[in-house]
Amino acid sequence: MLKIKKWLVALGNGAIEFLRYIGSLTVFLSEIAFWLFHPPLRVKQVIRQAEKIGVSSLPIVTLISLFTGMVLALQSAYQMQKIQAEMYIASLVALSMIRELGPVLTALIVAGRCGAAITAEIGAMKVTEQIDALETLATNPINYLVVPKFWALLFSLTVLTVYSAFVGILGGYIVGVYKLHIPHHMYMKMTFEPLTQSDMRNGLYKSVVFAIVICVISSFEGMRTQGGAEGVGKATTSSVVRSFVLIIACDCLLTAFMYFFGR
Amino acid sequence: MIEIINLCKSFGNQKVLDNVNLTINTGETTVIIGRSGCGKSVLLKHIIGLMKPDSGQIFIDGKDITKLYGKALNETRMKFGMLFQNSALFDSLPVWANVAFSMLEHTTRTRPAIMHRVRECLGFVGLEGVEDLKPAALSGGMRKRVGLARCIAFKPEIILYDEPTTGLDPIMADSINTLIRGLHDKLKITSVAVTHDMTSAYKMADKVAMLYGGKIIAVGTPEEVKNTKNPIVKQFIYGEAEGPITRNT
Repeated sequence: MLKIKKWLVALGNGAIEFLRYIGSLTVFLSEIAFWLFHPPLRVKQVIRQAEKIGVSSLPIVTLISLFTGMVLALQSAYQMQKIQAEMYIASLVALSMIRELGPVLTALIVAGRCGAAITAEIGAMKVTEQIDALETLATNPINYLVVPKFWALLFSLTVLTVYSAFVGILGGYIVGVYKLHIPHHMYMKMTFEPLTQSDMRNGLYKSVVFAIVICVISSFEGMRTQGGAEGVGKATTSSVVRSFVLIIACDCLLTAFMYFFGR
Repeated sequence: MIEIINLCKSFGNQKVLDNVNLTINTGETTVIIGRSGCGKSVLLKHIIGLMKPDSGQIFIDGKDITKLYGKALNETRMKFGMLFQNSALFDSLPVWANVAFSMLEHTTRTRPAIMHRVRECLGFVGLEGVEDLKPAALSGGMRKRVGLARCIAFKPEIILYDEPTTGLDPIMADSINTLIRGLHDKLKITSVAVTHDMTSAYKMADKVAMLYGGKIIAVGTPEEVKNTKNPIVKQFIYGEAEGPITRNT
């Protein structure tokens, strides 16, 4: 009986903690929304952040997208060759990269690489009282630190998603044309023919939602960091894990939503 | 003038501030002393509005800062400068941008005018030629001085010092104390410092207040505090291991 009581108490505490987290996250998101269009608009900082997030992520996005496109083409070739439908490999790679893998892979890379860096930066500022110092200098930390990162992430992730899809298709093309000997014109035709505007639009919508997820989670985890260097480490891990989970969950929900309403 | 009235703050079950009452007059340097973890820094953070109390009021020139939010709070904060325990300089910015932060954020002054003020403030704290260095390249004492320069750059009416000499060698600590005293004498700034370093307290203070058990238990001039009959204050200022403070904990 005592064991059940303990278990119920732990469950209740967990539920309260979860609701508190969601509540704080919602308040934080609303604060970001408030400051988004509030002057000063820190254009120079946005450009600097976009360079940090976007340009420096290009090599890893290129590498992963290229290999994903190639692997996708090779793996599908096993099945397609059995039914002599190799030409559909091009469509499969293009649709997968544009609708699903481009946005999700790019978001996961950026969350792991830049989201963690954002949490570590803001977390270190929190534990060394730099966030308090900002407030004492009559500057809102969300306006100064988070909003430029938000715009930079939104812009960079959208551009990187388009780039990732392009590089993935290129990877598929290399395998399809040079290894599986699909004629060039056929591969190009089968890549672009099945694509519709809504495929591209849906991919971009996803990247916008993922950018918001990465920015909100990584900044929020940074802002609530406590307990010195150990705290920064914990916050960074928690930021990456939560961003990954939310990206995949949002992807599932968005895909379902687009399947039923977005066609 | 700063008036703290019946200020209470708890963290969980722990009551850190318990009906604190204190008046700090304009142009006066008040040093709040007390043991580590007794709530001195918490009190300081309430004065500048970084924390909200459970109950009580803090009037800054007649305005209750505990009731202010957003723009109104920032307007009141413009009157303040705060020197943090570890200086809290912005790592990503060079020294000049740290000192110029308020001017860059809240004024439309030209770059030469800002740089002139930055050099003036750095000169005041005895630092020259460090404008382009990053905070990581400075020693602890230099960081404190840059922090002090950042405090005075926007010509505040009130400066709050959180443990200004902690972590410094005695010579550097004395030079920081002299600087703080000089700020008070030359610029007639109202100052509130929290410390447990009695040498610093005696050097800086016009008035000393002791925080113990969440309450201000003694207020007076440094001379009055030195000659106190209160056994708790006596044990603290003479740094004795045996006495009522250690018996109660």
